[in-house]
Amino acid sequence: MNMIDMTMISRRGFLEGAAGLTFALSIPTVLILRPAAALAEGGSPASIGAWVTISPDGAIVVAVPAAEMGQGSLTGLAMVFAEELDADWSRVTTTYPPVIPSVFGNPIFGGTMVTFGSGSVRGYWDKIRLQAAAARRVLMQAAADRWQVPLAELHTEPSLVVHAAGNRSMSYGEIASFAQVPATMPTIDKAELKKTADYRILGKTTPRFDIPAKTTGAAEFAIDVQVPNMVYATVLRSPVEEAVPEHVDDSAALAVPGVLKVVPLGHSVGVVAESVEAAFAGRAALRVGWSRAPADNYSSVDGLKDFLARAGKLQDKGVSFFAVGDTDSAFAKAAKVVSAQYTTEYVYHAQMEPMNVTAMVSPSGDSAEIWIGTQGPSINTGAAAALLKTTPDKIKLNQLYLGGGFGRRWPADTLPEVLPLAKLMQRPVKLIWTREQDVKSAKMRPMTAHQVEAALDAAGKVIGWRHRVVAESIIAYVNGEKALEDAKGLDIQVLKHATHEYGIANQSIVYLREKRGVGLCSWRGIGAGYHKFAIESFIDELAAAQKAEPVQFRLDLLKHEPRAQAVIRAVAEQSGWGKPMPDGHALGFAYAEQDGTYHAAVGEISLDRKTGIIRVHRFWVVLDPGIVVNPDSVLAQAEGSVIFGISGTLKEQVSISAGQVQQNNFYDYPVLRMSEMPEIDIQIIATDNPPQGVGESTLPLVAPCVGNAVFRLTGRRLRALPFSPERIKKELPWT
Amino acid sequence: MPFSFIVNGKLANIDAAPDTPLLWVVREHLKLTGTKYGCGAGMCGACTVHLDGRAVRSCQTPIAAVTGKRVTTIEGLSANGDHPLQKAWVDLQVPQCGYCQSGQIMQAAALLASKKNPSRDDIIRHMDGNICRCGTYPRILRAVERAAKQGA
Repeated sequence: MNMIDMTMISRRGFLEGAAGLTFALSIPTVLILRPAAALAEGGSPASIGAWVTISPDGAIVVAVPAAEMGQGSLTGLAMVFAEELDADWSRVTTTYPPVIPSVFGNPIFGGTMVTFGSGSVRGYWDKIRLQAAAARRVLMQAAADRWQVPLAELHTEPSLVVHAAGNRSMSYGEIASFAQVPATMPTIDKAELKKTADYRILGKTTPRFDIPAKTTGAAEFAIDVQVPNMVYATVLRSPVEEAVPEHVDDSAALAVPGVLKVVPLGHSVGVVAESVEAAFAGRAALRVGWSRAPADNYSSVDGLKDFLARAGKLQDKGVSFFAVGDTDSAFAKAAKVVSAQYTTEYVYHAQMEPMNVTAMVSPSGDSAEIWIGTQGPSINTGAAAALLKTTPDKIKLNQLYLGGGFGRRWPADTLPEVLPLAKLMQRPVKLIWTREQDVKSAKMRPMTAHQVEAALDAAGKVIGWRHRVVAESIIAYVNGEKALEDAKGLDIQVLKHATHEYGIANQSIVYLREKRGVGLCSWRGIGAGYHKFAIESFIDELAAAQKAEPVQFRLDLLKHEPRAQAVIRAVAEQSGWGKPMPDGHALGFAYAEQDGTYHAAVGEISLDRKTGIIRVHRFWVVLDPGIVVNPDSVLAQAEGSVIFGISGTLKEQVSISAGQVQQNNFYDYPVLRMSEMPEIDIQIIATDNPPQGVGESTLPLVAPCVGNAVFRLTGRRLRALPFSPERIKKELPWT
Repeated sequence: MPFSFIVNGKLANIDAAPDTPLLWVVREHLKLTGTKYGCGAGMCGACTVHLDGRAVRSCQTPIAAVTGKRVTTIEGLSANGDHPLQKAWVDLQVPQCGYCQSGQIMQAAALLASKKNPSRDDIIRHMDGNICRCGTYPRILRAVERAAKQGA
């Protein structure tokens, strides 16, 4: 545990003279011999930057760089590795690798180690398979050399190299006991990778590694970490973003038995105590005067009015996100233009584990060990190094399970609090935010206003599409104004998922950036949460404007997308789309491609006209994610996304007044409960395409499905999320 | 102040302020970290434990109210993680992030201890105070039904 004086271990020295194989990528060779002695000395396989370790007893430990936050990547990525290694799955376990982005980074995120955007399986798919295949090749070559036979005469069975002609075989463990790793790893061509038809592991429901411990209380989340001699801390954070503590009256806080110190920090005041309860009581007793801040006079009600006004101001061009054809000309010659405005409010992640982190800092202040559940290990390691004015190799980050991520847990916002406290105390500090603090310091999905317009020709064909998105910038908030400037003012996180596949020849999608100074981050589904609401509601409006059947209307626009056609037809069939509904019930439809996965969904709703409460009774989803790694995990993610999506659609909203979040806890930020869940029916269509994202991509279908169902039920179009009872009663005055 | 009570069958002697929530006593004083802090307001159920066999929110239970009583946490629900609910939870692959699941299981265990064959509505009513943000409700419901069938 004592990593205070941690220096990078001399890897070659660490690896000398051993039995067992470690396939590491941190040095130019891909494969390194794995000394059992080093393992016995307590070096975890991954501590030397290895993708896989094979021990003489046949145990295989795969390094999985993705955070496990319930999405199943820990198991899924290990399955991908084991498949290509041709491992005996029963001997496979996993470990988190150290933070070495050059080795373990996700290629689709610029080589950063970040678990984000349903990107783990699709991002690591080729990288992991190629490494595993190279490791398998080395094992086979070692057996070929030992038997003095050509490599071509060998094949593998699970954890076994087989020489059929010689009627002999050797286990991977046996090979690991003598094999030498070549100085240069074999290069594997993608064409040599295993074919889908030969899969033994992928595509079969496989129990997740993390589940048993999550039923006994043994699973360790960051908040559970116990470090000897640890003290506890909590913070009172500025009620308005960017305010700093100017006057701190800590007398009452320091009078709480057990409170050790009250420490003004950048945008918060820390309370350190011998127990959590003392830290929380000390926080409650603090009296702090805060500085003025840019968002002091901000109200989200006024903000949304401004956003909407700007969305409609066509002469305000904004920054182009996507452009094809000549949109202005298409609109100029249109026989008819249809347009509508949509809005969404700020929403909060409400991850069940409040933000927390544990850290200890060396006396010299230039190295640290951190225990955290984070979606962004390399981001947090870099941030810690910057805060301590040191280099990333002096930071040891221990990854724990995440009690919900949903986009909340990649920024490094707890480190500027815990590191100064740990440095000051010279004891390990466990920092826990109260739930109220977690809500008040919400890093919200941005509030958005959308103006969507379609140009139709005389025959009713859609010849032009405009989508104008007004919102603040996540990139500017999390990474700084400079980062947004470097991106020429285009926030690709906010605009993510704003495109569609409807094949319209002339399109313009633009970003109109607003600045209000509140805390922002991505939320489950990223941009799709609001963009698909606008797009799929508007497509429904277009169908209605032309008196077209909404499913057929989409099929007609998606003739060039066979995978889209397949999921749409399947869900229509499965849900009985078009059949008569019980009185007061209606179905709504939505389609989207997101993170590479094709989805179509149907929701059945009813509306209580007295209370304004919408109820979702059933929800059908058909999705084609390509190759399915772990079918039950895909089902679980889709089910969870439907429930999370209904919660966001019907209930969730953070309001800001005088720059401050108005909500406090689950009593005024309600999320969906069991009694409100629908019957959920998920069907997976597996196709022989690279596997795509499934962790959140079903979620954005919910809002347009529900809105489109309300239209079919009432003839009234809901264009503002959430569809809360208060809003329903206002917008549907006959209720 | 000193307090004595039984946790998972063992006597615990704790020195804490009388209003200290049982939650922090089990989690940080006794290092039984399976019981989770979710909201501190009795709104989410992540901290659910049994007090003399009844499901309570440990964040709303001051240690002074526990003196001389029996507390069971997720760690004490079964000797080897083989309570019918725990087995059903694994069989149906219920947890996602898993943070709320100790509370869900403890809440469900109290129901099955008092009602052998709960109806679907009984289960939903009983479980409605426990939030799962990942959205595992359909599987929780099925797992409770399965455990009930198998005689929890």
